[in-house]
Amino acid sequence: MFKGGFIQNLPKIYGLYTGGFIVFIILMAIMEQAGVSKEAIGIMFVAFTVAIYALIGWLSRTVQVDAYYVAGRQVPTVFNGMATAADWMSGASFVALAGGVYFGGYGYMAFLVGWTGGYVLVSTLLAPYLRKFGCYTVPDFIGTRYGGNGVRFCAVLVLVLASFTYVTAQINATGTIAARALQIPFELGVWVGLVSILLCSMLGGMRAVTWTQVAQYIVLIVAYLIPVFWISNRIGGGVFPHLMLGDEVARIGELEQSFGLVKNSAADIKAAGVPGGLKSIAVSHTGVPEGGMAVWKYISLAMCMMIGTASLPHILMRYFTTPSVKQARKSVAWSLFFIFLLYSSAPMLATLSKISLMDPNLPTGIIGKPISAVMAIDWVQAWSAQKQVFIADFNGDGILQLNEWFMRTGVVVLATPEVAGLPYVISGLVAAGGMAAAMSTADGLVLAIANALSHDVYFKMVDPKADVRKRLIVARVLLVVIGAAGAYIASMRITSILGAVAWAFDFAMSGLFFPLVLGVWWKRATREGAIAGMLSGLAAGTMYLVYVYPKFMGNTWLSDATGIDHLRFGMIGAPVCLVVMVVVSLMTKAPDAATQRMVEETRIPSGRTILGKQH
Amino acid sequence: MSNKEKHWEKSKNHMIITLVIWFFFSTVIFMFGAEINSMTFLGYPLAYYMTAQGSLLAFVLLIFWFAGKQEDIDEECGFGEKEDN
Repeated sequence: MFKGGFIQNLPKIYGLYTGGFIVFIILMAIMEQAGVSKEAIGIMFVAFTVAIYALIGWLSRTVQVDAYYVAGRQVPTVFNGMATAADWMSGASFVALAGGVYFGGYGYMAFLVGWTGGYVLVSTLLAPYLRKFGCYTVPDFIGTRYGGNGVRFCAVLVLVLASFTYVTAQINATGTIAARALQIPFELGVWVGLVSILLCSMLGGMRAVTWTQVAQYIVLIVAYLIPVFWISNRIGGGVFPHLMLGDEVARIGELEQSFGLVKNSAADIKAAGVPGGLKSIAVSHTGVPEGGMAVWKYISLAMCMMIGTASLPHILMRYFTTPSVKQARKSVAWSLFFIFLLYSSAPMLATLSKISLMDPNLPTGIIGKPISAVMAIDWVQAWSAQKQVFIADFNGDGILQLNEWFMRTGVVVLATPEVAGLPYVISGLVAAGGMAAAMSTADGLVLAIANALSHDVYFKMVDPKADVRKRLIVARVLLVVIGAAGAYIASMRITSILGAVAWAFDFAMSGLFFPLVLGVWWKRATREGAIAGMLSGLAAGTMYLVYVYPKFMGNTWLSDATGIDHLRFGMIGAPVCLVVMVVVSLMTKAPDAATQRMVEETRIPSGRTILGKQH
Repeated sequence: MSNKEKHWEKSKNHMIITLVIWFFFSTVIFMFGAEINSMTFLGYPLAYYMTAQGSLLAFVLLIFWFAGKQEDIDEECGFGEKEDN
């Protein structure tokens, strides 16, 4: 049934894979009916999917440099789109996004706009040109365009800083999910997660990561969409929730009015002993906060996430793998389409989760019910035992008020199927989806860092005469070392998942956005300008972060006055980078004729790449 | 004007138009979030709809349109790529 090569058969192979996965879900559902325990089903979901990824990783092993670094540049548009979507959507997107919308309302949804709008910048300003350039890594472009190891090293520095901030959060998420599903301690879960991640990437580099990411995308999107559609139909929200939840959204508005949106004081929360990280609903579901500062906070957050998206190396390098420049462009469009499927569902899931809990007419509603009755519900007991939900009877009336119900953000995704009365098999599926999301992003990031160090630092700077075998061994050793370093830091639990993710965007935009864009769009940009821009942008952004972040120097008067807090420090770093880069470029000698010709050549889609097939 | 210059001129204009549309859906709309939220679309308040779904969808369509139009520009200037795969 398989004629022709692997690439021609991709639709068939992944079609069979998807079918097989659905059969597996049905099998699990049957086993649940037959009385197999929840724990066993959870373990099987995670173990089975991880085993499949490992198998794909092993089948994609390679000893060729261009297969290892850019998957042989033969990944078709749509599949590269899926791989990018999995690369992009992290454990945080999967687990925490809907919860963020649930608690943060309109202001938080700036993340949705930011994490999608950035792809317009990727496709218009960067992806096709970097593909034409033919580089293996992002610093490879910077190093060749501006010339010299100094500028290459600066780009590696920004890449490592941004990607490493991000990867610890992902390994943390794999650890959390592995620990929960396999019933092991978190510290052990982190290392189990790491081994799974390395199984996918170590033998086959970019080629293996590409084909596992496609498989992971399929698992994560199925795991996200099934509960959304199922719950919507179950509570009468409509067959197609994205278009039909208008009434539910309006109903939430009415319920907010009748229950009242109360912001608990910090003293009350402390006195009641609410575990850290748990929140109650205090922000309107659809209301837009008024005033110039609110607008600025929304726009600046969206802008940081958009520009950060266009500077993150693990995303940009996915477009090095397409067969042609025009396919790189189309592939960006497909990536965003696949991302859109999940991101547009997150607010719907938040809506469904909220109405399930708030509406007294639904059997699942708990707000406004006697606390003793709520405490008797199975899922409330199970999640309270894990300190994921909490009830504090502030006014002592024995009735659960809206401000007396506390949840951790991740619970919105992880517990909603249970809350809405879906069978446990769906919860197992969601765990597998979260694991797929966190693993795929961690894989892309670890590979981006290891490739930059092995190609740009080791091969280009330390030992340019190294043969292929030696280069690939170094690349793999670095992969393991970086993964282990990430896992070690993750096991120390330093920041919350989302804080760290936003920082990666700010670091990347402070140091890389303008050097990349001007490298293509401004022939006059010079090496000195790029170095000065990268370093000053990074320094300015980092200093601002340290100055205002409450856990560092904590000068919040500044972030309160400007609206630029620790999530948005790229708003300081990137403009500094731009100004310094332009000024220094104009003060130094224009790039030589050969460099200018190279830039002109980059802008033309047809013809050979600037860098050779093997370099 | 050489073919190369013509191609780059057109590509630049195309990029600028695309980014103007992008700026509208990513920023301009949300400068008036509070004002437009009293209107509704599909039963959702408009600003809520745009941030939850509308702008996201606009970006998807925008990139598909951008890629298609850029291919036309490449063909027109003789820089189209031969069909590969």
